Amino acid sequence: MEPSPAPAPSPPALAIEVRGLVKRFEDVVAIAGTDFEVPMGQCVGLLGPNGAGKTTTVEILEGLQQPTSGEVRLLGMRWDKDAAELRERIGIALQETRFPDRISVEETVRLFRSFYRRGLSVEEAIALVRLEEKRDAYVMKLSGGQRQRLALAVALAADPELLFLDEPTTGLDPQSRRALWDVIEGLKGKGRTVVLTTHYMEEAQVLCDQVIIMDHGRIVAQGTPAELIASIGGEQVIEFATTPALPAEAFAEVPTLVASRPRGNGHTLSVKELHRALPGLLAITAARGVSLNHLSTHQATLDDVFLAFTGRSLREDAS
Amino acid sequence: MKNSPHALAQLLLFRMRGFLREPAALFWVFIFPMLTALALGLAFRDRPLPELKVAVVDGPEAARLVPALEAVEGLSATRMSEAEGRDALRRGKAALVLLPGPQPKLIVDPMQEEGRTARLMVVDALERLEGRQDRLSVQTRKVTAPGSRYIDFLIPGLLGFGLMSSSLWGLGWALVQMRTGKLLKRLVATPMKRSQFLLSFMLGRSVLALAEILFFVVFARLLFDVRLAGSLLSFVALGLWGSLSFGGLAAFVTSRAANSETASGLMNLVSMPMMVLSGVFFSASNFPDWLQPFIKALPLTALNDGLRGIMLDGMPLLALWPQGLILGVWGLIPFLIAVRYFKWM
Repeated sequence: MEPSPAPAPSPPALAIEVRGLVKRFEDVVAIAGTDFEVPMGQCVGLLGPNGAGKTTTVEILEGLQQPTSGEVRLLGMRWDKDAAELRERIGIALQETRFPDRISVEETVRLFRSFYRRGLSVEEAIALVRLEEKRDAYVMKLSGGQRQRLALAVALAADPELLFLDEPTTGLDPQSRRALWDVIEGLKGKGRTVVLTTHYMEEAQVLCDQVIIMDHGRIVAQGTPAELIASIGGEQVIEFATTPALPAEAFAEVPTLVASRPRGNGHTLSVKELHRALPGLLAITAARGVSLNHLSTHQATLDDVFLAFTGRSLREDAS
Repeated sequence: MKNSPHALAQLLLFRMRGFLREPAALFWVFIFPMLTALALGLAFRDRPLPELKVAVVDGPEAARLVPALEAVEGLSATRMSEAEGRDALRRGKAALVLLPGPQPKLIVDPMQEEGRTARLMVVDALERLEGRQDRLSVQTRKVTAPGSRYIDFLIPGLLGFGLMSSSLWGLGWALVQMRTGKLLKRLVATPMKRSQFLLSFMLGRSVLALAEILFFVVFARLLFDVRLAGSLLSFVALGLWGSLSFGGLAAFVTSRAANSETASGLMNLVSMPMMVLSGVFFSASNFPDWLQPFIKALPLTALNDGLRGIMLDGMPLLALWPQGLILGVWGLIPFLIAVRYFKWM
C-alpha cells in the first residue's frame, strides 16, 4: 500500500524520512525494507505484534542501533553526521527503563535535564505528566503508571521536537493508560511530533493521525485509522459459531459480504451493511438447520484491519 | 559546553545518593569491617604470659618456701604431696615439682619451655633465699615494639580488602544494575558525555574511598590504639590509588556482563583468591616460595603491603613505587579494555 498523502493543507516539513530501511541480525531479518514519512506535528503509531520490527525501527530512529542499509533522516538530519545535535532535539521513552529505586522523581528528571542545552524546567516537566505530588517520592514508591509517567517526564525534559514512545502503556491498568493518553494528547496540541509503538489498536485509534502496521519486518498497511478501516471494505464485523460447523462457502451469499475468515467452529464476516447481512445470515443457518451460537457484531477496528492484512489477530500475538 | 559542569555535578550527586541511601551498602562498607576488626582483635589480643605453677611438696620447709616463691613475679606455688605434684606435672597443671630439703630436688622436664623457665626462676629464688649476693645490679627496661600486635597487622589488611570490595561491588554492581535496567541505554540516548559519566563514577568512588580510609584510621586509633606511623597524606593517596585501580578492574569485569548473576560470579572469581592470598588476615609469606612471585603481583597484595608499610613502618610514599606500579598496571589495562568493549545496552 502506498503512503497516503498528509491530510494537512499546507505541506509541512518532514519530521521523519525513512527510505529502504533494512536491519539484519546474524540470520534474522528484523526489518525487511521499509519506507515511510512522518510530517511535523503528527502522531504516528507503529503497530504490530511482538517481533514485527517496531522496536528495532524505533531504536534505529533513536540512533541506538545502526541500520544494515537504508536511509534515515530526522528533522532533516542524519545520525552519522549530526548525532550530537539530534540527541539534543529528540526525546525518548524506552519500552522499559528501571530508574534507580532510591532516587526521587525530581532528582531523576533533574539529572536528565542536566544533559541538555535547553529544555523545560524540572518543575514544568513534572507538571506536564502530573507527578507534582510525587516529586519527592523515591522511584521505588511509584506505581507502574507513575513510573511510565516519570519516563515520559524524562523524555520531555529537553522539550524535544520529536518524541519516541516505545509501548508507553503496556502493562498499565485502564485508568493509568487514559491518564497517559491525556498527556500525549497535550503534546500533540503543542505541535510536537510523536512516534508511538503499541499493540493496543484502541490506543492508536485514539491518539494517532497516521498508523503504520508492521508484520515480519514489513509495512503491511499505512494510513489514517479511518482510511485503514475503510480499506478493508467492510465497516462492520459479524462473529459467530455454529453447531455443527459449516464451511465458508455456505455464507458466500450473505448480503454485502466483503470477506470471511474461519474462526473456531464458525467464521468472522466483514460486511458493509449490518442490517442487510444479519437477516441473510440467520436465514442461511435456519435453512441448514444448524444452531447458531456466540453471535456478536462490532464496528470494524484496526484489529480487524490487522487481521485482514496478516490473517492473524493482533491480540493473540501480543499477549 | 556551558552546562557540562552541571551535568557532571548531577551525575556525581546521582552516584552518591545511590550509595548513601542504600543502608546495606553503608553496613558493608563501614560497619562490617569494624565488626570484623573487633571480633578478630578480641580473639587474637595479646595476653600477658601465664604464671608458671610450682608444686611444693609438703614438708617442714614448705611453709617458708611457698611465700618466697609466690613473691617472685611470674611464679605461683602450691603445697601438695609428692604424688599429687607428679600427677599435676603430668597433666600440665604444674611446670615443676620442688622437693624441699638441704639438697632441694626439682622434678621438671627441661625440654619443655615452661619447665626450663620455671627451673631457672626457682633455682634463682632458692639461691637468693639462701643469701646469695648478686654482684651485678642489672636494670631491666620494658619495651613494646609499636605495630607488633595482631590488630596492627589486621587493620591495614582489612582496609585494603574493604577498598577492593567496595570498588568491585559498589562500581561493578551499579554498572550491571544500570545495564539490566536499561538505564545505560537510556543515558546514551541523551547528549550525556560518556567521559563525564565515567568521571562521575571515578569521583564518586574516590569520595567514598576517602571516607572509608579516614574512617579506618579513626576507628583503628580510637578502638585499638593502632597508630599511623607514616604520613596520613601518603596513606590516603595510596588508598585512593588502590581504590581507582580496583575500579578499573571492576569496569573490566562487568564491561559485558548482561545480568547480575554473571557479574557476581565474575567479581567473586576476582576477589576470592586475593582475599585468601594477599595477606588480609594473615601474612602472605605463609604460602610456599614458588607461589610468592604470583602473590606479589596481585593488586591487593601490593595495596596491603603498601598500606602496612606506611601505617606500621612509616615508609614514605616514594619508597612504595613498586606497589604503586603494580596497582597502576592492574587498573589501567583492564580499564582501557573495558572502555573499548563496554556494552551500553
